[in-house]
Amino acid sequence: MIIENFAEGKSLLHTTDPRIKICLCVPYIFVIALSNSLYTAAAAVLIALSLIIISGLRLGNVLKSIRVFFWFILLLWVVLPFSIPGDQIIRLGPLRASSQGVLKALAISLKSTAIVFFIIAFLGTTKVFSLVHAMSHFHMPKKLLYLTFLSYRYIHVIYMEYVKLRDAMRIRGFRPKTNIHTYKSIGYLIGMLLIRSYERSERIYNAMLCRGFHGRFYLFEHFAVTGRDMVFLSIMAATLMGIGWMEWITKIM
Amino acid sequence: MHIADGILSAPVLIGGGVVAAGGTAVGLKKMDMDKIPRVAVLTAAFFVASLIHIPLGPTNLHLILNGLVGLLLGWACFPAILIGLLLQSLIFGFGGLTVLGVNTVNMATPAIIVYLVFNRFIRGNRRIISIICAALAGVFGVLLASLLTAFSLVFSGEEYINIAKIVVVGHIPLMAVEGVVNVAIIMLLRKVKPEVLEVPHAVYE
Repeated sequence: MIIENFAEGKSLLHTTDPRIKICLCVPYIFVIALSNSLYTAAAAVLIALSLIIISGLRLGNVLKSIRVFFWFILLLWVVLPFSIPGDQIIRLGPLRASSQGVLKALAISLKSTAIVFFIIAFLGTTKVFSLVHAMSHFHMPKKLLYLTFLSYRYIHVIYMEYVKLRDAMRIRGFRPKTNIHTYKSIGYLIGMLLIRSYERSERIYNAMLCRGFHGRFYLFEHFAVTGRDMVFLSIMAATLMGIGWMEWITKIM
Repeated sequence: MHIADGILSAPVLIGGGVVAAGGTAVGLKKMDMDKIPRVAVLTAAFFVASLIHIPLGPTNLHLILNGLVGLLLGWACFPAILIGLLLQSLIFGFGGLTVLGVNTVNMATPAIIVYLVFNRFIRGNRRIISIICAALAGVFGVLLASLLTAFSLVFSGEEYINIAKIVVVGHIPLMAVEGVVNVAIIMLLRKVKPEVLEVPHAVYE
């Protein structure tokens, strides 16, 4: 399982304080998600794309990692033009595609692409552990943070446990097909995975108690905001205001 | 099952966020500090289980298992599903952060309902009742989640009515598969390790 393939790097985005990145990412994605103008959406895609380029990530790798996302965009393009009444542009038997529908599909595609790019540029360039640490500075509930931290910590471990069980089944000649036997076997596999996870969690908790756990995790690394971070924050905040202004202008036009 | 960013309207996003925050708060409050490792590792296990390809004819599908999450975690399913979706967004990068609240509510509400309705029967002595309830829990988990997803779309704009219908109809095969898989999982847990079926916040005599 590939995890955090974008978090390694030395670019501006990789080295910016994670707290600043969260402070930028959240307003950015919500402003874009709620915008209505096609121009705003297009501008947002361009800004997000430039951030990806600045972060030194290979665009090919980024697109490859979000390929599932494009199936969803395709579904929108297949359904929406025929769902919105308006000026007819294409006719397929009883179905009529409207230009309004095409514009709506275009707007949503641009908006969701921009949001996905922004999340990769701001959060994908940060290690998940650093993000959890950064969230603790925003006064998130302690239990939620510990839960996030431990879940993430054990995903890979449990995945390897799954690989072990899956390989054991393959060695014994299991070939998944569309039948009850397959579904039952996969059910038993998941059941065993849950039992092993349950037993592992008991060992983890005992190990934590042995090391003196009393409801608190200690941090050894601390973040520091640099002058460069503040410059980056100001520029990106100004850009966001520009996007907001653009949305406002196109609305009253 | 996930709705992507940039589709839903502000009222739906805000409503989803508020309900998700409330559900998560209840889930965290009911979960003691000493249950955190258990809920966390089971969350990781459900995350991994949802990655497994299940063959169906020429294609394959992924399990959601939200009914089972409810049965095993009870009220802790709200934080567990929230974290599962958050990590999915951060690890695979398909986005989904603006709709995190809505997606959490759409999957965790059915989980809670399944827990409240079926938990007692599934742990009961009668094997046949347990089998029926396990199947129903799997089916209802997916059915309710797809209905809630469809409602979130339609409340955001009437033009999404066709997509909403496709979402519900498209999940019918998954409902059947989840029902069968759920029975196998519950029967194994009953036989091998029934403690797993005891939700973390309940006190059993």
